[in-house]
Amino acid sequence: MENAVTSAPQLPSAVDEPVSEVGQLSQWTLIRMRFARNRLAMIGMVGLIFMYALVFLGPFVAPNEYTYQNQDYIFGGPSEFTFTGSDGSFGLFMYGTTSVLDSKAFKFIVTKDENMKLPVQLFVKGDPYTLLGVINTDVHLFGVDAASKQRVYLMGADSLGRDMFARTLIGGQISMTIGLVGVAISIVLGSVLGTTSGYFMGLADDVIQRIIEVISSFPTIPLWAALAAALPPISESFTALDRYFLITVVLSFVGWTGLARQLRAKVTAYRTSDFCQAAVAAGSTDRRIIFTHMLPNAASHIIVSAALSIPGMILGETALSFLGLGILPPMVSWGALLRDSQQVSVIIQYPWLLIPGVAVVIAVMLFSFLGDGLRDAVDPYSI
Amino acid sequence: MGSYILRRLGYMAVTLLIVTILGYIIIELPPGSYVESEVERLRAQGGNLTQGQIDALYRRYGLDKPEYVRFWLWISAFVRGDFGQAFAYNLPVSQIIFDRLGLTLAFSLSSLVFSWVVAIAAGVYSATHRYTLPDYVIAVLQFIGLAVPNFLLALVLMVFAQNVFHMQVAGLFSSQYVDAPWSIAKVLDLLNHLWIPIIVIGASNTAWLSRVMRANLLDVLNMQYVQTARAKGLTENVVVWKHAFRNAIHPLIMVLGSSLPGIISGETIVAIVLNLPTTGPIYFNALIQKDMYLAGAFLVFLAIALLIGNLGADILLAWVDPRIRYE
Repeated sequence: MENAVTSAPQLPSAVDEPVSEVGQLSQWTLIRMRFARNRLAMIGMVGLIFMYALVFLGPFVAPNEYTYQNQDYIFGGPSEFTFTGSDGSFGLFMYGTTSVLDSKAFKFIVTKDENMKLPVQLFVKGDPYTLLGVINTDVHLFGVDAASKQRVYLMGADSLGRDMFARTLIGGQISMTIGLVGVAISIVLGSVLGTTSGYFMGLADDVIQRIIEVISSFPTIPLWAALAAALPPISESFTALDRYFLITVVLSFVGWTGLARQLRAKVTAYRTSDFCQAAVAAGSTDRRIIFTHMLPNAASHIIVSAALSIPGMILGETALSFLGLGILPPMVSWGALLRDSQQVSVIIQYPWLLIPGVAVVIAVMLFSFLGDGLRDAVDPYSI
Repeated sequence: MGSYILRRLGYMAVTLLIVTILGYIIIELPPGSYVESEVERLRAQGGNLTQGQIDALYRRYGLDKPEYVRFWLWISAFVRGDFGQAFAYNLPVSQIIFDRLGLTLAFSLSSLVFSWVVAIAAGVYSATHRYTLPDYVIAVLQFIGLAVPNFLLALVLMVFAQNVFHMQVAGLFSSQYVDAPWSIAKVLDLLNHLWIPIIVIGASNTAWLSRVMRANLLDVLNMQYVQTARAKGLTENVVVWKHAFRNAIHPLIMVLGSSLPGIISGETIVAIVLNLPTTGPIYFNALIQKDMYLAGAFLVFLAIALLIGNLGADILLAWVDPRIRYE
């Protein structure tokens, strides 16, 4: 028998028979092609890659270190630029500033110095930092000469004179990963519980469905807040990083229910389908049916539902940190940065404090574009 | 219909029980007992507690008893209307909770109505005017509506109102009316303060619902009976509203139940920014101060309100769609 199999003639198609391209494309190739045709989805993907690069290279991109407190730039506005230097030369120049004590309001006011024009340079030496946790350096992408004692503030400074641009980038590292980690946990929980519920039915199904119903009968942000309030305060034994991970767990405590519901519906539909009946008839174990027949079929739905739930998690983290229940100082996230702008009077005076909110809106929109695009791409009936 | 409602009520009772258990677990979650922190607080204020008083507090909350007994103590008191003591306010929880809860529901329901009216109008318009400029404008607004955190929208609208209309929109009344007797001017002032919260709370729900509405109506408009209606010579208005719209509204009613949690949770956080006397500010403060009886009672009541809302949505759906009644 062995011989008979190996000596079988080669398929002739490899020689000269024309083959239809369409039939040979795999499901995933088709999904990729449909995705690439969707302009909004591509904007979402490229935009997100750009944003992730920006926030993770943040210490290098930003001209200042994000914890540096500049006493001469408290609540200073965004730096102002001009294209002509003091000697009439062409280039990008930043106006210098001076901090003047306003004796009436009794506070320092940062004012522009029209006569001081400093050339903006690339790769200048500034505050030392560690890039991506390994590279120790003090070179920043752009800035002005450190000897001038002036600094570039693209988005102004906060109440302690810290660079909002640098803080927004560093905050992005937290805000843009917290959703991903949260979704990863949700996928694991949702897949296991959703599949169990749909495949084994019976008591397990009833219990899991009831739990899902209870969790979704709480308003999300109050429930998240209640769970986050139970986390211990930051101390030696409970670091800010521990808190970050527990916040992701809190977010996924609600997040898994949607996925579990969808997966349950899928799995119950597959149970009665021909290919699963055939597998049962052939004597496959439950494990084999679930892992080789059901989950690969549901994989695209899992991915889509995960992508669509990321925006909600980012918004959730922002709301929690805004309330002071999420990410706490010294860690920064977009929500934690927005905490400074809770008062309308503050925003009217220093509108640049709202810029982290713009970052949230952009990130959430890009994720929604990506998620919508993925959903359309995996739908075999879409054009 | 009657048996359907009975079955739903049965489910609801089970869910309600689990909701209270979860609520109780959340009360118990923070490390350290509330009585300890209360004793600490009273001592810090200079009042010296006798051992007898401390023991009384312990007995009141059954802290010397096992977990399930304490749950029983809490839940039986809860049913009798005794929700425990709000330590920070030194008042019974029940005194703080009810008017605030009512206002939260009032805001949530008005936002719900607002978002339905706007979403249906926008959704129907963009479905019937597909690929026109207004359709694209609506689509952009929808994406923004979904992406802007509602507290941020509230902040921006407040700044806008203050800079453009020179009005203070925080709270329910302008400062000169807060203690004034009711008058027409006071009512007008109240209305002036109501529109921002209602828009802000309803914004993301409106965006979402109008997308659902548009997609559904587009599906239905491709159906053959719609073509038949047009072939009969009916006006486009009758075709859209009488034939297509009625069949496209079901999914909207179906998501009514699931959009309530979002609205209530949005309300709680918007209330902090807009300084509204609803549940939000007190609830989050209670969480930060670990005043867990207050927080737990709020959470359980919000969940109960949602359960009732869900029941209403299900009954409404069964009423408009006979297939659900006979399932």
